[in-house]
Order: sequence, then C-alpha cells, then structure tokens
Amino acid sequence: MAYRLSINGGSHVIDADGDTPLLWVLRDLLSMTGTKFGCGMALCGACTVHQDGNPIRSCITTIDSIGDTEITTIEAIGRTPAGVKIQKAWLDLEVVQCGYCQSGQIMSATALLARNPSPKDSDIDEAMSGNICRCGTYIRIREAIKHASVAPATNSQKG
Amino acid sequence: MFDPLVDLEVESQGKTSRGISRRTVLKISAAAGGGLLLSVGLPHLAGSGSAADDANFAPNAFVRIARDGQVTLIMNQVEMGQGTYTSMPMLVAEELEVDLAQIRIEHAPPDDKLYGNPRLGFQVTGGSTSARAFWKPLRVAGAAARTLLISAAAATWNVEIASCHAAKGAVIHAPSGRKLTYGELVDQAAKLPVPNDVVLKDRKDFTLIGTSAKRTDATGKVNGTAEFGIDTKIPGMKIATVSACPVIGGKLGSVDESKARNVKGVIKIVRLDDAVAVIADHMGAAKKGLEALVITWDQGASATFSTADMVQQLKDASSRPAVVAVERGDAVKAMSASPTKIDAVYQMPLLAHAAMEPMNCTVHVRKDGCDVWVGTQVITRAQAAAAAVTGFPLDKVKVHNHLLGGGFGRRLDVDGITQAVQIAKQVDYPVKVIWTREEDIRHDVYRPYYYDRLSAGLDEKGHPIAFSHRVAGSSILARWLPPAFKNGLDRDAVEAGAGPYSFENVLVDYVRQEPPAGLTTGWWRGVGVTHNAFMVEGFMDELAAAARQDPVSYRRALLGNSPRAKAVLDLVADKAGWYKPLPAGIGRGVSVVFGFGSYVAQVAEVSVGKDGRVRVKRVVCALDCGQMINPDTIKAQMEGGITFGLTAALYGEITLKDGRVEQGNFDNYQALRINEVPTIEVYMIYSNEEPGGIGEPGTATIAPAVVNAIFALTGKRLRQLPIDTAQLKSA
Repeated sequence: MAYRLSINGGSHVIDADGDTPLLWVLRDLLSMTGTKFGCGMALCGACTVHQDGNPIRSCITTIDSIGDTEITTIEAIGRTPAGVKIQKAWLDLEVVQCGYCQSGQIMSATALLARNPSPKDSDIDEAMSGNICRCGTYIRIREAIKHASVAPATNSQKG
Repeated sequence: MFDPLVDLEVESQGKTSRGISRRTVLKISAAAGGGLLLSVGLPHLAGSGSAADDANFAPNAFVRIARDGQVTLIMNQVEMGQGTYTSMPMLVAEELEVDLAQIRIEHAPPDDKLYGNPRLGFQVTGGSTSARAFWKPLRVAGAAARTLLISAAAATWNVEIASCHAAKGAVIHAPSGRKLTYGELVDQAAKLPVPNDVVLKDRKDFTLIGTSAKRTDATGKVNGTAEFGIDTKIPGMKIATVSACPVIGGKLGSVDESKARNVKGVIKIVRLDDAVAVIADHMGAAKKGLEALVITWDQGASATFSTADMVQQLKDASSRPAVVAVERGDAVKAMSASPTKIDAVYQMPLLAHAAMEPMNCTVHVRKDGCDVWVGTQVITRAQAAAAAVTGFPLDKVKVHNHLLGGGFGRRLDVDGITQAVQIAKQVDYPVKVIWTREEDIRHDVYRPYYYDRLSAGLDEKGHPIAFSHRVAGSSILARWLPPAFKNGLDRDAVEAGAGPYSFENVLVDYVRQEPPAGLTTGWWRGVGVTHNAFMVEGFMDELAAAARQDPVSYRRALLGNSPRAKAVLDLVADKAGWYKPLPAGIGRGVSVVFGFGSYVAQVAEVSVGKDGRVRVKRVVCALDCGQMINPDTIKAQMEGGITFGLTAALYGEITLKDGRVEQGNFDNYQALRINEVPTIEVYMIYSNEEPGGIGEPGTATIAPAVVNAIFALTGKRLRQLPIDTAQLKSA
C-alpha cells in the first residue's frame, strides 16, 4: 500500500511494503543519499534522522510507523538553528575524516544541542555513544559540540 | 601496507633507507578547449630503482590551467579520510602561487602509466605513501607551471623574466605595476618549451605547506552532499544485496526462490558460483527477498575448520625452517652465551576492517562496454577485474572513482567489484550491489593471524646482546603483489621486526603459513608494522622488566643509531610526565615505533576494573614525520589512528567455528565509542627531513603502550590481542 511521508517539509507518497525501513525509502526511492547505511541494526547511528526533532535510527524505523510525524534529514538540518551551529562547529574544528558517519553524528549532535544548549561531557556521551566513527573523530566531535554550545549565536536559538 | 623501498637491513637499525635521487620529467601541452596542461613524470622507483630515460616518460601528475584561471589537479591518490584531497593540492598551490581554493580536484581515471604511484609502481593509494610519493612531483608541477606563466608574461611585456614574479594566481611586473592573470597567460604558456631550470621554493618561503589548511572535502561531508560509492545514482538503476557461502571456500548448492519472488519490489534472483543475489527496487526489498530465499550450501573442505585449527597450524609452522629477513652478528651464538635468556610467544588475531561504508559497487554492463561506480584504492585493478568478468578490453571499461567511506586497506582488494560485475552481467540495467554489514564482516579480506616467537639474551647488566624474532603468518604480498614475494620472504610481514633498536646480534625470520582456501588475508592499517610493533614493543618491556630497568631508559640506551626515534621517546616521556608519580590505580606504558618513514612514541595511562575491564584514560603521542604538509591533518591522523588501534587492542577479533566467521555486526565486532575514548595529546617535532607517512604509524604504536601499562599496573603480561579481560579480573 502507499504511505504518505512528510520529509524536510515536503510530502512524499511511497508505494512499498509497510515494514520497509525508512532508510531505504530515503536513499533508494527518494535519492536522498545523505543519510547513510552502516549496520541495519541500530548499532552504529550512521542512518540517524529526526522524527519530530528526536533522533531515530532510520534503518529500523519502518514506514508504517511514521504516520503524521515530520522527518528531518541531513539534507535539511542546516535550516535549523542548532543544525547551523553544529555544521559550523564541525567545519571550524575540522572534525571530518572519511566523512561517512558524519551525517549521523551531526543529526545526533543537533538533536542534543536543540534540547540542551550547554551539554556536559556526560550528556555528550549519552547522546553520541550510539554513533560509531571508525576514523576516530570522537575527540573533535566532543570539542565541536562544546564549541557549538558556547558559540555567540547561542542566543538566537532562544529568540 | 608494504613499502617496496624499505631496506629491511637499514630500517632494522632505526634509520630511513630512502633518499634515492629522482629525476623529474616535464611535458607541456595545450589543454583540450584551451589552456595549459602540464604533465610531470618521474621514474617508478619500485621497479629497478634506476632513472628512466625519456622514452619511458610516465607522467603521474597533471595540472591543468584553464582560460578562466581555474586550476585542476587530476588526482590519482584517493581521499578516504587521510586528507589527500587537501595535502596534495597544497603542494601544487604552494609552488604555483595560487590560493588552495583555486584548485579543483578531479578523480583520475584508471591508467597505471599516467597516474601510477611512483613508490609502488601502479595506481594505488595505500601504505601511507601519498605524501612521500608526491612531495616532489606535485611541487615540480606547480613550480614548472609558475615558471612558464612568468616567462609568458615577460615575453608579452618584453621585460626581463627576473623582473616579474607570481602571486595569487597572476604574474606581476612590479617596476611598471602591470599584471596578467594566469588565465590570460595560459595559451601563450602552452606554446613555450619545457623550462630547463625549475626552481622549487626554499622551505623558509613556504606560506601554505606546513600550515593547517582547511580540508577541501569538509563542507560536503557535513551537509550530506559528499558522494561516496554507495551514493551512486544512475537512471534505471536497481539495488541488489548478496549472500556468499557462509563457510569459507564453500559453494552455492540449491536455491528455492518461490517465496522471495513474492516480495514486493523484488525483480530477479541471480546465482553465482559461491553466492546468490537478489535484485530489487530498493535495498529494503532486496534484503527481505534474500531472507526469504531457502538456500542450501555446498560447504566444501573447510566445514569443520576453527580458530584453534588455524592457531595450531601456525604454531607448528613456527618450528619449521624459516627464511631470514634481517641478520646481523650471530644471534644464535650470542644467545647461547647469554647468562639470561628470555623467550615469549606473541599472537595477534584475524581482523576485519569494518569501514563505515559497507562494501558496494554499482555496475552497468552494456553490449558495447561497462561502467563501474565505486570507491577504490586500486582503480586500475578495479578496471581489470571488470574487464576479466565481462571479456571487454580495458578501454571499454570505465571506472568512476568516489570518496571512500573508510579504506583501512579493505579497498585495496577488488573481490567485491568482481562479484558486482558478475551480478550485473546477468541483467541489462545498472545495478548497485550493497553488502549488508554481516556480509561485509563475514567476507572480509582479513588481517592475518600472526604467531611470533621472540627471544633475547641478556648480559649481567640486563643489556640485550642477542635478539631474535620469528614471524609466522600468511603472506599478503604473495597473493597481492606476487613479484614482491621473493625467496619465501614476505617483506611486509617482517617490517619493523626488530624495532628501531641497534642490537649487535639480531635475527628476524619468517615462515609462511596460509589459512584454508577461501579465507583471504589482506592489508589492514599498517599491517606489518602494526603487528611487529605489538610483538617487539611488548617484548622490549619484558626485557626492561627482567633487567629491572625503567622502560624508557632501557629503550633509550638502544636507540644510539636512531636520534629521531630517541627524540620522540624523550619528547613523549617529558610530555607524559613519565618520571612523575601517578594516582593510585593508574598504570603507564610506553612504546616507540619507526615505520612508513615516521617516528612515533606513545605513552598510555590505563586503569583496570575489578571485572578486568581496561579503561584507557590518556594517551600522549610524540611524532616526527619529517616535513609536515598539513599539521592539523597529521594530528587528526594520530588521534584517529590511536582510536583505530585501541578498538583492535580492546575488542578486535575475528574467530572461526565450523568454517564460518562468528562475528557479523557491531554488536559482536565492537568499535570504540565516544564514551570510551581517552584524552589524546599529540606533540609534533618540526623537521626538514623528507615527509613520512601518517595514515598508519599512529595505529601501530598504541596497542603495545596499553599492554605495557597494564603490566605496570597489574604485573600481568599480555602477549595476545585482543586484551583478555578474564586474565585481569581481581574480584
């Protein structure tokens, strides 16, 4: 049957089985390849997207479970205040290496910063430990989240 | 990875064996559509070592300057996180006097003659060779272009060449204040003869090399637009996923596809000799279809093979006659005359790569040719693999290279490309073959299991008067680069087999022992050096303990021939506060490694829980990699390399049972996570030596520092990876 999905402010009708993971709808049917496949079991976080602002693993989120909720992906995260700050911090601190996991890292970090503008180390551990990076960019990810949390633009989020 | 230019005898004394003088050859032509095309060639060093004559001109760096001033570097070194897409254009920009942002990068097409890596003899990115191989040719390319453009401007203005200079993409005649941009000069420059005298900038005049330039690939990697092989989008493309026989070396028996055919979106089931694939509209349907297949496998000869069998074979092999790799003095005689003799067996497991981007390859086989979209470290081998499967000549196979979502050596092999072409050959539309994570881990090309025997003879003062190291393991080179496997010796397997130390009597030898057919071994971030660093540096710590000496000063006394190794050891000891007391419950360990032309020393501080769990708290790293191109990238490679090595030390192990790999995903093949990462401090020595590699040395050095720290804390000596927490339990 067909499912109507709301993604990045647009509406898409998808004709696929209801147990199809959102990840493959995004990547293969909608050509939105910024969201990455890493494990298929919610173990690595590469496929992280937002569902009504909450980070979820799209590789285990079936399209019949999404309903009217709004999905946001890496392609649109730069339109949110927290996304702008996180992307800038990632660039300022030269976080990326191979870059493959970074879409998921940024989606997790953005969700954290949006709900907690000044996360502590333990908050970062909790929010980010579901995202694996094999290049080992973790140290800079932590620094970048802190950088974003103290950046002067912080106030604009409240306003 | 293997470095054919390493002289094992020289490097076994902790000294660099390079410094061969290289003649660079230039060629100038008009670019298609106007502009200047500059080719730079230098003799491939991996072959004869002699300078090539002009008839063998083999340009391997292309710089194109268009009429609009756009500079294009046709890049043969791939970007897999190590920063080549920034460091390589920096070399050109420095000499050409343009901003880094003015250089655009194009992936080079497959052509060993045009784009071969001069250190390895063909088009390959690996072995931490990019900076070492292209340090000179890319600067020559930039300098030659600058020289030509200045000449063209001087001729235009009818002034002395010496009165003109280049800056910011233009030539300036200071006395008259005249200025022409490169774009305005390219057509004239393309008609000039090859300059006789290309003068490289003095290092003191560098304004870009040695500065931390921003990565050129970062923006696309933070907004989702960067394209990896797996992101390939071709009109009409379908998605396939595959299951190869789970038993090593096994074949496909029968397949009942009736249920899979009913899965919505499934298009076709494809049978291969040893695998079955499902092609569908999307990966979700392909996976569901694959799960719905009822498959019987022909398990073959290895159906009962286990890790224990493999270890027993290696143990037996290590007592067989060996091939000598390094021999100085008479280690056997000196050993027997030593008052104290120490023997140890060290072991390292099979390892998978688990790059974040699972193996994938997109292929379109047409009647008249074939296109391949992939991220590969060996593009000409990818082309040859597709040609072999399709029967097309090489020029009918186009390979489109991409950013790599992690390489670590996995993408130095083309098994997945061969398989994808075999699948695509059975349909007439483009098909993207994606391996599940389970397929990626269970059908990897594994870092070999090594079983090494180390011995040392100490004199009355504890000084090692004899050192021997027998390596037993699979030969990657014998499979991957057969001409480099000579007289039974795998030079990679024994690289750094005696560390950077100047032992008077030393013997390093090697016994080859292969696992059963179907279990393939391959490169894995620093493979030879990483393995030997663990063995040698763990054993050196044992010798220091037996001699009742401090591990840093014990090593230091043996580094007389290697001042650079000594310097990084001194630096790391100083920065780590080696001689200062530690809080209770923390142990400290050290290691020093020379490999890939770079010197690294690390100190690890660890704690061990009552449950035996090891927590690495702090790592201090000192590095001398010669002339730095982009220091921040180098620092990042140390941070990342240490993290990669820690994952292996703490968790990395592929085991076999009933001929099958037991691990399959990140639940049982774990990777270090952000909450487990230590603080990492990196200190770099500024040096004018030739650049060394940076991708692999950081990884090689960490595991021994950690096990040595565990020994310092607990008195327990771990000679095998991954770290066995059961041995460390105290409750």
